Amino acid sequence: MDKILKISNLKIQYCTDDAVVYAVNGVNLELERGKSLGLVGETGAGKTTTALGIMNLLPDPQGKYIDGKIYFNGEDIIKQSIQTMRKIRGNKISMIFQDPMTSLNPIMTVGDQVSEVIRLHQKVSRSEATIKSQQMLELVGIPGERYSEYPHQFSGGMKQRVVIAIALACNPELLIADEPTTALDVTIQAQVLELMEKLKKEFNTSLIMITHDLGVVAEMCDKVAIMYCGEIVEYGTLRDIYKGAQHPYTIGLFESIPDLDTKVSRLKPIRGLVPDPSELPPTCKFANRCSKVTEECTKADPLVINVGGIHTVKCHYAKVVD
Amino acid sequence: MLTYILRRLLMMLPVVVGVVFIVFAILQLTPTDPIRTVLGDMATQEEVDMMREEMGLNDPFFTQFYNYVKNIVTKGDFGVSYINRKPVTSEIISRFPTTLSLALMSILLAAAIGIPSGIISATRQYSLFDNGVTLFSLISLAMPSFWLGLMLIIIFSLNLRLLPASGFYGPQYWIMPVITIGTGCAAGIMRTTRSSMLEVIRQDYIRTARAKGQKESIVIRRHALGNAIIPVITIMGLQFGRQLGGAVLVETIFAIPGLGKLLVDATATKDIPVIQGGVLFMAIVFSFINLFVDILYGFIDPRISTMYRMKKAKKVGAANE
Amino acid sequence: MSSNPTTQLPYRKKSLWMNAWKRLTKNRMAMLGLGIISLFIFAAIFADYIAPYRYDEQHLDKIFQFPNKEFLLGTDQNGRDILSRIIYGARISLQVGFISVAISAVLGCGLGSVAGYYGDKIDNVIMRVMDVLMAIPNVLLAIVIATTLGPGLQNLMIAVGISSVPSFARLIRASILSVKGQEFVEAARLVGCSDARIIFRHLIPNVLAPIIVQITLSMALSILAASTLSFLGLGIQPPIPEWGAMLSSGRMYIMDYWYLVTFPGIAIAIIILALNLLGDGLRDALDPRMKK
Repeated sequence: MDKILKISNLKIQYCTDDAVVYAVNGVNLELERGKSLGLVGETGAGKTTTALGIMNLLPDPQGKYIDGKIYFNGEDIIKQSIQTMRKIRGNKISMIFQDPMTSLNPIMTVGDQVSEVIRLHQKVSRSEATIKSQQMLELVGIPGERYSEYPHQFSGGMKQRVVIAIALACNPELLIADEPTTALDVTIQAQVLELMEKLKKEFNTSLIMITHDLGVVAEMCDKVAIMYCGEIVEYGTLRDIYKGAQHPYTIGLFESIPDLDTKVSRLKPIRGLVPDPSELPPTCKFANRCSKVTEECTKADPLVINVGGIHTVKCHYAKVVD
Repeated sequence: MLTYILRRLLMMLPVVVGVVFIVFAILQLTPTDPIRTVLGDMATQEEVDMMREEMGLNDPFFTQFYNYVKNIVTKGDFGVSYINRKPVTSEIISRFPTTLSLALMSILLAAAIGIPSGIISATRQYSLFDNGVTLFSLISLAMPSFWLGLMLIIIFSLNLRLLPASGFYGPQYWIMPVITIGTGCAAGIMRTTRSSMLEVIRQDYIRTARAKGQKESIVIRRHALGNAIIPVITIMGLQFGRQLGGAVLVETIFAIPGLGKLLVDATATKDIPVIQGGVLFMAIVFSFINLFVDILYGFIDPRISTMYRMKKAKKVGAANE
Repeated sequence: MSSNPTTQLPYRKKSLWMNAWKRLTKNRMAMLGLGIISLFIFAAIFADYIAPYRYDEQHLDKIFQFPNKEFLLGTDQNGRDILSRIIYGARISLQVGFISVAISAVLGCGLGSVAGYYGDKIDNVIMRVMDVLMAIPNVLLAIVIATTLGPGLQNLMIAVGISSVPSFARLIRASILSVKGQEFVEAARLVGCSDARIIFRHLIPNVLAPIIVQITLSMALSILAASTLSFLGLGIQPPIPEWGAMLSSGRMYIMDYWYLVTFPGIAIAIIILALNLLGDGLRDALDPRMKK
């Protein structure tokens, strides 16, 4: 199968006067055309930065590419010119951001905001763009008549649908969804995910779903990557991760989910705190919180070990499975 | 939309009445007898009393106030000057256009300089341009306008002999006064534009616009500026009010026959009806300017105009149930 | 964990101000402003010692002298040393600044807090009055009050003070309204803090910050307003060396003696600039949100 996206050894830092933040530290990822990848991790793990890195939308001037390559359809995105990137954004690669309440321009009608992306990448007249835009709105479940309404007249869930409409209007090959349902109610969450699933199938879009919610990943994704402190600590198919997780962090994540069936007196969080991203240890970054930590872990940075199929684990104690 | 305008107009009314009351009250509270001041120490007590009777100054306070307001509302009559008995209204009307045109030109100049500088400063934060412009605006805001006016006169009228120092007879007479007023306003507008733009640029919807693949210049112009301009318009309205007050100074320095100079001369002679009328008139104009700014908001910011349409729709919906 | 909340609070409060102070000292422009203001305060207090002459000392044989070794900034139409008059003028300007801002702050904060705390009708009435005051351009209001009260330093301070009351009232009302509803007040109440404790330990620090900034900026406005009024002839009477009055009296001689108006004006500009720099710096230092 052909790979639409291949990230190799990506390193991104934020440089300010006070400190350097090591946001992404050697990330390797692949995505096949038409498939979906779940990128899981806590806040500050580097997921959004990776996504912004793919779009070449890092905040300027603090965000810097330090190393690595991002191949989109074979071409390295980091090396592309500004004009080429503009043609890619919104057109070949689209992104849905986290907070729908602030993602839309308050003084433009929702319809115009969808038309804008259409007119940017397709040679159509204004009226044609309006028609297409209305069609997109209908597709995401918003009546076409609401074209001339403003964002503040919509609820959070509907705003997110508009954002989705904007992202998919030009039928992109790759859609990056950065926690698209985190800011929404649970019931709306289900609707939005269903919508995304439907559109994904219809347009055969490849998807990167960034989330901290393992339930969402289970619903939407084929492959999963677990991210911690800017590194991919575990990667594999849905089955690999959900049935055969090996990295202590992944295991900790699963164990901290309350189980409806079993009765417990205490929840089981992962002890300790995430290290300061401007002062990361060169050895295993999870060592201070790991239940299975040994002296080895504080001496050397673990290698990424392939334990079977495409399942990889970044830990000294990863075991190869048949 | 019309409801919005009417509502704002209605809210303005009590404020205007309040202004009339306060100005009237304060001036009538003068410890010394204004008529005595006007007529001088040489006048006899009889003459003073006669004039007081004539001016209605022996009536109780609220009668005077009521008559005053009645005259303004029904006849547009602001009373007569203590000094020369001329009707205050005609004095104000004849001189106001000068002051108004001075203020308008200044604010236009200020906006023309301030807004673009603010935008460029914001998009190129910490650059040489930004630092230079910030420095300039800090200095401009610190300079008293009367001092700037005098400095300009010294340099351009007295030393270089390029521009006239007084009077208001043609375009070259306008240059220095407008620069004097405009500089301070430009600085204020520039700072507001800059900080507003800086805040808007950080918003998520700007990132969305870029993620669509939009050109940066259009992102700034269409997405950022449209949102950023809203507080700038408020500031411009306030600046206009400041200028009406500042007109007092500039007209004095440049001997321009406007409303401001009229006021200053009246304060020297304690000509209370003129002071009253002048200040009231300016305050009313200022209130209308703010009303205008509010209405402008309604057009620019769709959140405000739709608020009223929605209320109307809800009413219609409720009525139909 | 049963740590007494009251023993923790003073520690937090101190570190808030210490943090702000650290941020302020890093700001070069603000420190420059602070330095200049200190200079002026020093000059005002020790004017008798540092000024070469007394401010009303006339040298009628040496009138209209350009800046020279004997009179560093020249002499005016009465042979008085301009430099000395400017130094003594600092005393006047700072006095006016402090006292009129004190009047505005006390009146404004009083009215504003009553309005904010009790809300409803009282709030409405007070705010309407503030609206009325704000509808009159500042300078004009000050002129009206000064005309009524008559000339003199005291009346000048009252006039300028009153015209700044609305800014303080609005500011403190907004602060109180926003803080009143915030959750940490609820949280403090739940833990068992009494009303007074809530007001002093929680509300005031939050409300104080914008007030401090406003005081600094209002001082600048007050000094400017005072010199404006003096320039127009309302306020200070000669021979008191107020900078605005100096400009006014020197105005008719600028054809030949430009320095009569230049130096006092520069003095005004410098102190206002310094106050604005400090005010901006305070605003940045006291605002907990990161600016970068």
